[in-house]
Amino acid sequence: MSNEATLHSQDLAHHGHVEHGHGNGHDGHDHHHEETFISKYVFSMDHKMIAKQFLITGIIWAIIGAFFSVLFRLQLGYPEATFPWLESILGHWAEGGRITAEAYYALVTMHGTILVFFVLTAGLSGTFSNLLIPLQVGARDMASPFMNMLSYWFFFLASVIMMSSLFVQTGPASGGWTAYPPLSALGDASIGSKIGMDLWLISMAIFVVSSLLGSLNYISTILNMRTKGMSMTRLPLTIWAFFFTAVLGVLSFPVLLSGFVLLLFDRHADTSFYLSEIFIQGKALAHEGGSAILYQHLFWFLGHPEVYIIILPAMGMVSEILAVNSRKPIFGYLAMVGSLFAICILAFLVWAHHMFVTGLNPFLGAFFVLLTLLIAVPSAIKVFNWLTTIWRGNIRFTPASLFSIGFVSTFISGGLTGIWLGNSAIDIHLHDTYFVIAHFHIVMGVSAFFGMFAGIYHWFPKMYGRYMNQTLGFIHFWITLVGAYLIFWPMHYEGMAGMPRRYFDYSTWASFNQFEGLNQFISFVVIIVFATQLLFVFNFFYSIFKGRKLTTPNPWNATSLEWTTPINPGHGNWPGEIPEVHRWAYDYSKDGKDFIPQTVPVSPDESNH
Amino acid sequence: MDNAVTAKKKWWNGGYSPFSVSYGKLMMWYFLISDAFTFGALLISYGTQRFMAEAWPDPNVVFHSFPFMGHTNLPLVFVSLMTFILIMSSVTMVLAVHAGKYMDRQGVTKWLVLTIVGGLMFLGCQAWEWTHLHEVGAWWGRNPFPNADGSAAISTNFTDFFFTITGFHGLHVTSGVILNIIVLINVLKGTYEHRGHYEMVEKVGLYWHFVDLVWVFVFTCFYLL
Repeated sequence: MSNEATLHSQDLAHHGHVEHGHGNGHDGHDHHHEETFISKYVFSMDHKMIAKQFLITGIIWAIIGAFFSVLFRLQLGYPEATFPWLESILGHWAEGGRITAEAYYALVTMHGTILVFFVLTAGLSGTFSNLLIPLQVGARDMASPFMNMLSYWFFFLASVIMMSSLFVQTGPASGGWTAYPPLSALGDASIGSKIGMDLWLISMAIFVVSSLLGSLNYISTILNMRTKGMSMTRLPLTIWAFFFTAVLGVLSFPVLLSGFVLLLFDRHADTSFYLSEIFIQGKALAHEGGSAILYQHLFWFLGHPEVYIIILPAMGMVSEILAVNSRKPIFGYLAMVGSLFAICILAFLVWAHHMFVTGLNPFLGAFFVLLTLLIAVPSAIKVFNWLTTIWRGNIRFTPASLFSIGFVSTFISGGLTGIWLGNSAIDIHLHDTYFVIAHFHIVMGVSAFFGMFAGIYHWFPKMYGRYMNQTLGFIHFWITLVGAYLIFWPMHYEGMAGMPRRYFDYSTWASFNQFEGLNQFISFVVIIVFATQLLFVFNFFYSIFKGRKLTTPNPWNATSLEWTTPINPGHGNWPGEIPEVHRWAYDYSKDGKDFIPQTVPVSPDESNH
Repeated sequence: MDNAVTAKKKWWNGGYSPFSVSYGKLMMWYFLISDAFTFGALLISYGTQRFMAEAWPDPNVVFHSFPFMGHTNLPLVFVSLMTFILIMSSVTMVLAVHAGKYMDRQGVTKWLVLTIVGGLMFLGCQAWEWTHLHEVGAWWGRNPFPNADGSAAISTNFTDFFFTITGFHGLHVTSGVILNIIVLINVLKGTYEHRGHYEMVEKVGLYWHFVDLVWVFVFTCFYLL
């Protein structure tokens, strides 16, 4: 199909009725028609609006998920204290002002679920893939704007169900975000294994549908809808990252879905897929022949690629932002693409390193150790390329570039501990301790959040035509960076001392009493960092309405295509023809010019890059 | 459409689809890969559980009935018929797509109707088989079949997996039939005639063939092995 035909069919799709051709598919401008509030803000098919929907839903989820961590950190830091206000918001879940053990487990479980899936998957990839793919490849919209809209609304439905599970009488799921059976398979196992677990599974199944619809669109758009001249090697690294993220999602989420289907049958149809030889309250169950480890295989076949689904978009955005703000081309473009590809492949081959101590054959473990440690190679390539990109660059310290540099920092310090944990022998000591918590929060949680913040600060002008407040951005960055290290660094020591994760109260163990003060300190910092995030949320919403207005369409003097659109692009992105691309996205400080946009033809006396 | 392509055309340089296919067909292919992983996960789960089990029922004994034949021992005859019907419906689907290429609306209608009939017959057969198995006491969580070595079943894994996976496949056939019916209605309304091509028939055709292909694996895993 030619570009014209592609644009044509896409343009028709904008209008929702494919059978009546307009004959003029070239020009998004010609088709301006009155949009109602519903079609513009609610059931929007404009990728930019859908991106904002994902972002704002993600922000709401992030506040809830982070607030949950504040609540359970209160318990961990001040196990003896009572907070009467807790009882007024949580009712009998915090009788006498101290959260109950059941509530604690529910909070931990929902904190993980919300942040991993609803914030750092949908909120991160959903936002920026939607916003940037059509803008940076030079397309009027996603391949299928309708499916794109469905993707958001399935996510919304999943959100509503997950949210409602917080309010059922027996509480939400509380068996950990991984939902391992038998705890998740037997309703009698705990109160969190009752209806809350069902709602969790249904919500996650719908989430998988949303992710699939989104990812299919991202892949097809990147492959099929690039503008003239936009070869694959001229794509900004953001697009490559979103592409591999989508590939990971398309191939790994269905396996999780299968795992959940079997789990639902175990819960409600008396099957024994994951259950065998189980006693509950002293009574033997009839279930025979199942395997709880089967679930873990199915879960982690998604679960591990999932951490790359979270981190790859952040990597892509950081690459772009560092190049723009160092006024230098990205160092080792092809190595960056190659390492993304390598990570994408290895992501599928390492899942069992989450299962070293669950009864996996130790000989099998050895292969997973090797493959896991191999990931250090592409990760290191990326880190060195980021460092060499900013090396001797003319660095502009905007909040976006600071958060990008912060990303590189946390990715290194969190990644190094991954080498420890990827070793099955050391894992015997470190598994299920605070060392693991520290590792994945720094390398995945904090890093991905830094990438997301960097992306928001950097592309906010494209989203809303205004800047975010820089001073608030700097305050946000420094407190978050220092706070994140203060929170998670000490956890390494707790973990090495053997302090297990997921315990409600450590005060009864003499060996962990030494950490009483440290736990209090961590909880104290958590509250400060949480408050700082609220400052960011304020900055975000305030700037939408009152931020400084853009006066130029290209505020950062960047080369990529999204800055060639008007300050407030309409549906269709470019008022006239889609620009043709003549060069890669990283011509900074070349031949004495600060930057050369991708749309500028190569002049004959230009040096090669 | 620039199907007349010179050898020198740079397919990956943007401006057109590198595979010369529409985004819709591309998405269908990627969706099928994704769905293959869903079935793959289910079948591999089945494989591991079965591999770990000490004994397993003999499919020749379990699946030996045929409608209206009473207690005659006809191992795997009925499922062979089902499989034949489904594969024939793939053949008619190919013919529908072929007719679509030549903008032959009547041909598309005829072959699509036959495909839908084939799909419905397959679903009917499956409904009969499930009913029959249910009558002899099999269901999720209930396994009345002794193992091939004569020992009594201690696990319900055999029936659990059988009903879950064939059910999941049946759900796909059902959605395939529904998609085919929607496309048939559009064919009758002349939507594709107006649009100038029958690509939609091709897309549902891809899905239909995929569902057929999955059945070959399901059939092999549950009835032959």
